[in-house]
Amino acid sequence: MREISAAKITETVKNLCIEANCHLTDDIKNRIKDFHEDENWGQAKEILERIIENYEISDEKNQPVCQDTGVACVFLKIGQDVHVNGDITEAVNEGVRQGYDEGYLRKSVVRDPLDRVNTGDNTPAMLYFEIVPGDKIEVTVAPKGFGSENMSKIAMLRPSDGLQGVKDFVVKTVEEAGPNPCPPVVVGVGIGGTFDKAAYLAKKALLRPVDIPNNEEFYANLEKELLDEINNLGIGPQGFGGKTTALAVNIEKFPTHIAGLPVAVNINCHVTRHRTEVI
Amino acid sequence: MAISIQTPLTREKVKTLKAGDSCLISGVIYTARDAAHKRLCELLAQGKELPIDIKDSTIYFVGPTPAKPGQAIGSAGPTTSYRMDAYSPDLIAIGQTGMIGKGKRGPEVIEAMKKYGAVYFGAIGGCGALLSKCIKKAEVVAYDDLGAEAIRRLEVEDFPVVVIIDSEGNNLYETGRANYLAQKKRMSNF
Repeated sequence: MREISAAKITETVKNLCIEANCHLTDDIKNRIKDFHEDENWGQAKEILERIIENYEISDEKNQPVCQDTGVACVFLKIGQDVHVNGDITEAVNEGVRQGYDEGYLRKSVVRDPLDRVNTGDNTPAMLYFEIVPGDKIEVTVAPKGFGSENMSKIAMLRPSDGLQGVKDFVVKTVEEAGPNPCPPVVVGVGIGGTFDKAAYLAKKALLRPVDIPNNEEFYANLEKELLDEINNLGIGPQGFGGKTTALAVNIEKFPTHIAGLPVAVNINCHVTRHRTEVI
Repeated sequence: MAISIQTPLTREKVKTLKAGDSCLISGVIYTARDAAHKRLCELLAQGKELPIDIKDSTIYFVGPTPAKPGQAIGSAGPTTSYRMDAYSPDLIAIGQTGMIGKGKRGPEVIEAMKKYGAVYFGAIGGCGALLSKCIKKAEVVAYDDLGAEAIRRLEVEDFPVVVIIDSEGNNLYETGRANYLAQKKRMSNF
């Protein structure tokens, strides 16, 4: 049994909150640059230029890329041979508290969805636990903005709707979102499982770097096909028209019930943020 | 060529702005998002005085990150505007002429814009670090308890926006996409 202190988890979460919010990962930056190169619609190209300029300023000044520094989605893969000294949930929340304070990040969480009083420290985090073999803990912090979260959808399709039904639902969801989620977007798709599992898969899909396709050829091809279809919609950066509506489509799937075909679409903006550290 | 606009924004000036125009705004604008709009409209319904002068005002839908030492404001890009649709018509009716945000607006907002003369600008969503450079001064003028959602008085210089919906109801989200798709079709016919 390996011992890991709660304080170590707090420190890791704190650092990842700041890092994720102020510095985009290279896969996203490269994808934006590639689309900028490809875009031939004047205003669309110009907006992509501003988007590049924006993340460069953030890198230089350690400043949040977007003012919506999100709700902190924290994914913990805990090795089953690890023992944590202390309360893991509280350790993560303390990390969020410190990270959002020290990093000058916005506190965007309300304590109750109906009375809507801000908690003042961006806690609680949205926590996702997974138990895995080994004696390490993998911590991923993915701050999630709500401009794009609000445009996400789930459908309980019929098995007879099949592949076409899935494709139609994904494309329709992005089209209806239009300019609202700050396109170009990254589209996370979860297929299968249960009602809640599909939504979880869609969120998890957003953690995968955009330059790594699904490891099954069928789904890798489906990702490519959906990306092309979405980029034929003409919505463009910010919805002012253009090719670049989405930077990537990432799909995760899971076995499901004989009677069901759940599909969830979790939309993220071009400020798709996640940082991982292994303890 | 971008059009330079000085606030306050009169209704006469609003009428000259057309969907698709690039503009650079300078002068005083106010920030407000969900919670502040709700309070403003509650005061309005009770017939009480508002904490800011709405006439000819421009409201920027934004909740900035905290300023670091030496900064006027933290990152400050637009939030999605449709959440303010329940409130904007009431404020437009008493003289608000400008809104800065991103995303679609409902028919009730567009009707009010046409009736009273108001314009809806878009700033680039997700570019909060870049946009903050155009904000020279920021001061909380109401609802300090709301934190990021407090009403701030901003002094901006050449703040870049695009007219999304003008006072005649023309909508860049419709025309921009249609123009792009038409051009694409023309190109594929060659």
